Amino acid sequence: MRRSKYERPARREGAGLKTSAMIASLAAPGQRTKAAPFGHALAALAENRPEIVGLSADLSKYTDLHIFAQAHPDRFYQMGMAEQLLMSAAAGMAREGFMPFATTYAVFAARRAYDFICMAIAEENLNVKIACALPGLTTGYGPSHQATEDVAIFRGMPNLTIIDPCDAHEIEQVVPAMAAHQGPVYLRLLRGNVPLVLDEYGYTFELGKAKTIRDGRDVLVISSGLMTMRALEVAQALADDNVDVAVLHVPTIKPLDEATILHEAGRGGRLVVVAENHTVIGGLGEAVAGVLMRAGVMPDRGFRQVGLPDEFLDAGALPTLHDRYGISTEAMTRSIRGWL
Amino acid sequence: MQTDQDLRPRERSNVPLAERAYRIRRHALLMGEVQGQGYIAQALGISDVLAVAYFHAMTYRPEDPEWEGRDRFLLSIGHYAIALYAALIEAEILPEDELDTYGGDDSRLPMSGMAAYTPGMEITGGSLGHGLGIAVGMAMSLKRKGSKSFVYNLFSDGELDEGSTWEAAMSAGSQGLDNLIGIVDVNGMQADGPSLGVLNFEPLAPKFEAFNWFVQRVDGNDIEAVAAAFDAARNHEGRHPRIVICDTKMAKGVPFLEARERNHFLRVEPAEWREALKVLDEGRTR
Repeated sequence: MRRSKYERPARREGAGLKTSAMIASLAAPGQRTKAAPFGHALAALAENRPEIVGLSADLSKYTDLHIFAQAHPDRFYQMGMAEQLLMSAAAGMAREGFMPFATTYAVFAARRAYDFICMAIAEENLNVKIACALPGLTTGYGPSHQATEDVAIFRGMPNLTIIDPCDAHEIEQVVPAMAAHQGPVYLRLLRGNVPLVLDEYGYTFELGKAKTIRDGRDVLVISSGLMTMRALEVAQALADDNVDVAVLHVPTIKPLDEATILHEAGRGGRLVVVAENHTVIGGLGEAVAGVLMRAGVMPDRGFRQVGLPDEFLDAGALPTLHDRYGISTEAMTRSIRGWL
Repeated sequence: MQTDQDLRPRERSNVPLAERAYRIRRHALLMGEVQGQGYIAQALGISDVLAVAYFHAMTYRPEDPEWEGRDRFLLSIGHYAIALYAALIEAEILPEDELDTYGGDDSRLPMSGMAAYTPGMEITGGSLGHGLGIAVGMAMSLKRKGSKSFVYNLFSDGELDEGSTWEAAMSAGSQGLDNLIGIVDVNGMQADGPSLGVLNFEPLAPKFEAFNWFVQRVDGNDIEAVAAAFDAARNHEGRHPRIVICDTKMAKGVPFLEARERNHFLRVEPAEWREALKVLDEGRTR
């Protein structure tokens, strides 16, 4: 619950963390990163794909589309701060045989432009790729920019594929995979200096496939997006306590790889935890719960969710907020210890 | 290589536009009779504009509705589908003998127009305020392809209430999309009543002028005036999107339906359909 605005907060000792930049890097200090993986991957792919065009709603620098715009200036369209038009125009271009990558923030695509994505794009299964920055809790600017319910909003839309990549290594593979798929795709885009994690695990992205990144006998974490990075850190931390944690990465949230999820969750002796950078309502957690319930699978040591609460979240510094809402490595480690 | 002129239907036909408009109205009434109700007043009101579009202005191949060289006609107002089906039947893009399937199960002619159902239906309309934005994207694409085709988008005065219409209008003007021709049907009636009472969009022409459009406003039931406006829209030299604001009369051509106060969605008694066809025949100009 939020404090009353008429109640003065207690003064902090020393300087607190400052509000993170609009798009803060999710990388921990010293972590390996790669700059603008989406923009570079799209620019490279477009070299041999003349049908690819890029559309921005006044956020090209904030979605890494400016890299594409610099490489292919004649294929970049500035649509203005008009997300309904962004999606309608992308639909019109797809109808004429182009492959538009329409980019904005996740809040604006999901909340403001939903009807246009639904009726102008998805209903006709048009080949529009929607790449949206600031998924879930990846900015400290408060609810206006925090797309904490974008997956819940989009999961109900027929024909739409939803991808929630973990890191730069994966985004580089996701971009050509999106182009290879015929139909609309929604990408929860990480931009700027994006952590590099999965290359060390020999991971390759396949659309629609969940993949075991590491195995473990005590806990199975089923995760998507940046929470897979966190889950791997949690697994390291819990290994010190002799808790063996498996991580199943599910970057394609729709269509969901139900077979792999059922196979992994059905293995005995484990606590199943679904971790997502999203509200616990309507996202990966409830999707997995539905799959297990319909198949009659109840994990031996229970089913839990790590995700954002059903609230409008605070503004502030991302590390503070991730900790406050339970999706930091430390908070998630504490939660799982408590559940074991 | 066929030229644009070769393919314009008016060059192939001696049927007067007024006769085309009469037949479009007749097809629409026959479809309306199948359901016993519907958006028949809009269809009767816009028939003259559709006659000009399909039999004077546009280039297309009836036997190949997706021919790349066609002018695109977007029906943003999905509920006007009955009117467009009537025009597509008259244009021989749809067979006349499917007319009695209108609105029925498994019909290719659903009550609200959808691209996947009907040859010649370019977009799925119905969620109002979508057409002009899609038209912007198509016009941008045709320019990329070096195409000479035009994109026509038919929308309604009610759609002027939608903010997305104005996003698209500003973008078209900003980009100078001179291959885009908007047609606004100002019939003055929306679901809740007279349009200007729902949300006053007047003065309309200056709004589009301010958005950098080439604007004409005509009596949408005056075929000669509409044809001249479409010609001027096509031939205008400036790098502006073009709009033809058409003031039309709801239920035009059937006076006893014109007289109904609430005619956004008409319910017509079985005997009245025959009466409507009779009245329409009496007003037919030969």
